[in-house]
Amino acid sequence: MILSAEKKNNQFTVALAGNPNVGKSTIFNALTGLHQHTGNWPGKTVDNAQGIYEHQKKSFLIVDLPGTYSLLAHTVEEQIARDYLCFANPDVTVVVLDATCLERNLNLALQVFEITSKVIVCLNLMDEATKKDLVIDVPSLERELGVPVVATAARQGMGLLELRKKIFQVASGSLQPSPRQIKYSSDVENALKELLPLVENIANNTLSPRWIALRLLDGDQSFLRSLSNYLDIDQASFQFQDWEESKCAQ
Amino acid sequence: MCAMSPSRILSEVYGQAECVRNSNLKSFSDQIVADIYGNAEQITKHVLSKKESQRISFDLTIDNLVTSKWFGYPLMILLLVGVFWLTIEGANFPSELLATVLFAFQDQLTLWFQWAGAPNWVHGVLVLGVYRTLAWVVAVMLPPMAIFFPLFTLLEDSGYLPRIAFNLDHIFKRAKACGKQSLTMCMGFGCNAAGVTSCRIIDSPRERLIAILTNNFVPCNGRFPTLIAITSIFIGGAIASYSGLINALVISAIILLGVAVTLSVSWLLSVTILKGEPSSLVLELPSYRRPKFGAVIYRSMLDRTLFVLRRSIMIAAPAGAVIWILANVYIGDQNILSSVAHVLNPFGQLIGLDGFILMAFILGLPANEIVLPILIMSYLSTGSLQDYSSLEELRNVLVSNGWTWLTAINVMLFSLLHWPCATTLLTTYKETGSKKWAFLSFLIPTLIGFTACFILTQVVRFLGLV
Repeated sequence: MILSAEKKNNQFTVALAGNPNVGKSTIFNALTGLHQHTGNWPGKTVDNAQGIYEHQKKSFLIVDLPGTYSLLAHTVEEQIARDYLCFANPDVTVVVLDATCLERNLNLALQVFEITSKVIVCLNLMDEATKKDLVIDVPSLERELGVPVVATAARQGMGLLELRKKIFQVASGSLQPSPRQIKYSSDVENALKELLPLVENIANNTLSPRWIALRLLDGDQSFLRSLSNYLDIDQASFQFQDWEESKCAQ
Repeated sequence: MCAMSPSRILSEVYGQAECVRNSNLKSFSDQIVADIYGNAEQITKHVLSKKESQRISFDLTIDNLVTSKWFGYPLMILLLVGVFWLTIEGANFPSELLATVLFAFQDQLTLWFQWAGAPNWVHGVLVLGVYRTLAWVVAVMLPPMAIFFPLFTLLEDSGYLPRIAFNLDHIFKRAKACGKQSLTMCMGFGCNAAGVTSCRIIDSPRERLIAILTNNFVPCNGRFPTLIAITSIFIGGAIASYSGLINALVISAIILLGVAVTLSVSWLLSVTILKGEPSSLVLELPSYRRPKFGAVIYRSMLDRTLFVLRRSIMIAAPAGAVIWILANVYIGDQNILSSVAHVLNPFGQLIGLDGFILMAFILGLPANEIVLPILIMSYLSTGSLQDYSSLEELRNVLVSNGWTWLTAINVMLFSLLHWPCATTLLTTYKETGSKKWAFLSFLIPTLIGFTACFILTQVVRFLGLV
């Protein structure tokens, strides 16, 4: 599957995440010079497209994830996108936001921030936001989010050079974003505190313990299944229902 | 090795989490989602300001019209007829031109072969078989595709497609299916295999299966040329003035019939083997964007038109050779083609077709594009007519082989309602992961096609209309 994306040595991987229909495929095409089909309807990209481009004599493998509204894995697309971000360890994740509906799009960005810190926010469709008379204060958004924000209008080719530069900087480590973490209400935070010490045992250094703990609180079984696959656990020994009864009875 | 296997640790942690979850009255997952939204709202408040807006009301005005109760449907039908009218009218002239040029070149090829002293059978297989079929496929298919695909891509790019899904949602609900199915049907216009793949956008597995199994009822571009050629010859051609418009109306009617069959079959599946209630649908209506014409032309030509054309050429070339061989190898005093057609004939006649037509559809399994070329080749190989370059001559070929208007309608019906092509079947198998569903996607349209043609033929014959 996509987890085994053919990554060569000395090649950076870049994941493109975002809501459906925000222009991920357009950005993908603009960056790679490929002509993946784009269309103005949500759900167009059902597969992960991959392409390569070069910048500063470095090769970048770019993976166009399916459009999702969240990473809470209610749909196949969400599961694909989430598993890729969690387990494939891309060097940079670009979250593409639709500038005309910032608030809804930020939900996804915040969830991505919980998984990885190597994030860039690409504020796309700026031309349409202007047409709709929306004014977004990009520098203060950058401060709020703690990650680089690049304003683009990919269909017009605006801002793409800047995006390439930022991708290079984050991939090479010369720029280290510190993405804002979601502040949960006290109930959730307390429960997290309880679980974190336990989770740290299995987090394996690559995955954020906080993220795993949150999914445990969700009771998100599809994630745990992916996690157990990742940790190479025999499927047969992984029966949630049994534990639920046995553990809580004690 | 670790003393504790990771699964043990994970299971313990999971158990612990279960206890924590149960200790709270409220659902954690709801609270988590609410908190994420709260954070996003807070950030947005800080960075976003808005001037008095004109543009949103512009989108809204269009949407109110496009999705309104009274104008929504007429507008969709008008667009459908319009697209086909442009396609048929526009394709007419280039098709004839291509046919003239390509068949003139065939004569030249024949001269070259004679000059080189090539044996008869080599000339037969390569020129009369491979080249003639290729010329047919290109002349008949290329012009309509080169017009239809850019038009369709324009609609796709502008943002109109989700509005169609919005309009049709409640009808699909009534058929207990998903409104997004209309998007997958739109993709099916291009290619049913692509349509089946696009069914992944439907979340509920039940509704996805319904959409996959019924996608074939939308005629793909491989079948359009067949439909267009036959209406042009038998229906539009019969009424000289406005023939383009009438052809477009006939094609649109066939597509509406396909939609009606889709809905009925979806409903039927929903109350029998795929029982269930429709799930709710969240559909985003993206803002309208002015399509970039250069990109539209480029993409629809390269990605769609040439891609599809290449595929059909790769299938048509060997098929042409095989057909010629079948038509020229004799067992007794009949060639193989005629013998097979002879066997199929009684059955074909029962549903208002003939043995050759049925055989062409069967041989067209690899790709629907080659059905009509195969048919013409078979007729020509047995008859005396050798040259043809216009629709009028084509009409003569068909009529001299016993075609009536009923045959024409049956062929169009059967083209709409028969088994999917091999690529689509394979895609269905891949998408569903089950031979059973792939077989069902073969069986359902085939049964419906046979039944529809049978009933129509018997009724028309009983009433003595033919």
